[in-house]
Amino acid sequence: MQSLFENRGVPLERQGFTWREMVQKPISKLDDDAYTRVRIILMNGIENEALRFSHAAARMNKALQVPLAQIRRIEQHQATLINWLIGPDHSPLETTIAYEQVAIDVTAAVAMNEPDAYLAQVYRFGLLEDFDHMYRYSALLDRLEGKDANNILQSYTDILPGRPTIDEHRAPVDDLRKPYNRKKAAPLSKMHALTIMAAEQQTHNFYMNIGPMYADPVARQLYAEIASIEEQHVTQYESIIDPEETWLEKLVLHEAAEVYNYHGCMEQESNPRIKAIWERFVDYELGHLQLALQLFKKFEKRDPEEILPAELPERIPFASQREFVRETLAGEVDLRADGTEIVPKEKESKASLEYRKAVNADGSPSETVSAGYRWAPGSELKLKAA
Amino acid sequence: MENRTEIGVNHSGMQGSPDADDMLENLKLTKPRRGDERALAKVRAEYGEAADPVGTLPDPQEGATAMLMDKLGERLAFERSGTRLYDALLVKCETLGGAIPAKDVQHIRDEEATHFALLGAAIQSLGGDPTQQTPGADVAGVEGMGLMQVLTDPKTTLAQALHAILVAEMTDNAGWEELITLTEQAGNDDLLKRFAKARDEEQEHLEKVQRWYKEATQASMQA
Repeated sequence: MQSLFENRGVPLERQGFTWREMVQKPISKLDDDAYTRVRIILMNGIENEALRFSHAAARMNKALQVPLAQIRRIEQHQATLINWLIGPDHSPLETTIAYEQVAIDVTAAVAMNEPDAYLAQVYRFGLLEDFDHMYRYSALLDRLEGKDANNILQSYTDILPGRPTIDEHRAPVDDLRKPYNRKKAAPLSKMHALTIMAAEQQTHNFYMNIGPMYADPVARQLYAEIASIEEQHVTQYESIIDPEETWLEKLVLHEAAEVYNYHGCMEQESNPRIKAIWERFVDYELGHLQLALQLFKKFEKRDPEEILPAELPERIPFASQREFVRETLAGEVDLRADGTEIVPKEKESKASLEYRKAVNADGSPSETVSAGYRWAPGSELKLKAA
Repeated sequence: MENRTEIGVNHSGMQGSPDADDMLENLKLTKPRRGDERALAKVRAEYGEAADPVGTLPDPQEGATAMLMDKLGERLAFERSGTRLYDALLVKCETLGGAIPAKDVQHIRDEEATHFALLGAAIQSLGGDPTQQTPGADVAGVEGMGLMQVLTDPKTTLAQALHAILVAEMTDNAGWEELITLTEQAGNDDLLKRFAKARDEEQEHLEKVQRWYKEATQASMQA
């Protein structure tokens, strides 16, 4: 790929969609590779973060309102095209399993490749929590709908207890982490942070929307509980991003992160039809990036090279990270938080212990749903019959 | 939760609404352009023509057809989900009381689980993968979502829950009949014998559920 500054992609005025283009035939839940679904979910998250950030920026910057609205219109339609690729034969809970697969395998890949040791630890910390969510939701899927989560996971991702969800509830002050320094952080660190924050934010939104669609009180409770953790995760991951970055600096980084992630998807996609979509969107995002760079130069009168490398950093791999996750689980499941620090269990903050006691006082949905649960091929029913 | 249809205020209808006349003005205020539901049908048909299948299956081994393997997977998924529907029904029986013996419900539930295991073994004996979600299994999963919602909703009565179970059992009986036809066509006498026994058990389930449904409906009228 050419330099980010030279490759101008498709200009914004030549970008657009019809409803037919936005509403294409979905992927096959059964025949497509699980990582095609993972990429779709991730990129939907990236687009939704782009929309939310752009709205916040527009509310605070009158001069940016028109160009931001123009970019947003395209991003809205990109998000639609992507999200509508998930087939309607996924129950909300099956889609949930796929969301947690994103949270596990993408966060693990990021943790492995993150150059900053503190940030890598933060990713590993969050990873073990999403890993536990997978186990709880798999129990719910088996016990409520009578389905096997591994039909979605395709054996790439383990279904095992992680840091128990019951122990993930923390006082707000213990969810905040230290930000990277915008002047010193590697471009890869910035791409990682935006990507994982976006993924967690869309997971939070998804659970908040589908949780009340279930009639089962245990399902409603579990979604309520895990949505609360995802909200904590959004707090955690947005706090690692330097708040000193200007609005326009953040806009440029958002657009760069979109180019970066679509490019990674395009290079690794196994479904040719979906690959063509990623390719088209790399070109669209390059067009958005160009516009963001023009605004950055116009209003901040700074050289974009101060904040962005000419070359994209190493892409995020989409693959099973089983070994890394198991190693992390073995070594770090007992870590907890005290303010911005990740600490051994015995040093966990009192505020978190007190909050946890209060919120779990009426019982724990995640413990209830998975009481005695062990994943088995097909269903735990098989184990019990044997 | 009361186990009957209760008397109270229901705001969903028009007749009791003071705004009903205003609402009826919508009929005069809307002057639609020409057209009807055929516009929707046209788009659906176009998407139908371009659609890919739900999923595929590997080549079956000799003595089996792709349709047989798909149906086996479908029944397996149905029996597994059916077991969970009965798990939910058991809670209703235990909490709402009534004349339905929990041990009979438990018995049916256990037979559903046994059928699930039987189908898994049958798929394996034909060289298939019982953990694979077949296209038929996937579609049956979509069908079953509404039933699961009714059974697990704390607000539904025993009669409402039994109505949902009745939908499942009627479909299940038809599914077993079809599976037996396909097994006969494949000439597999061993499986045929085992499936006939399962079908007989399913017929018993259906008869029982039909009876319970009637009883629960009558009981909720008298409550």
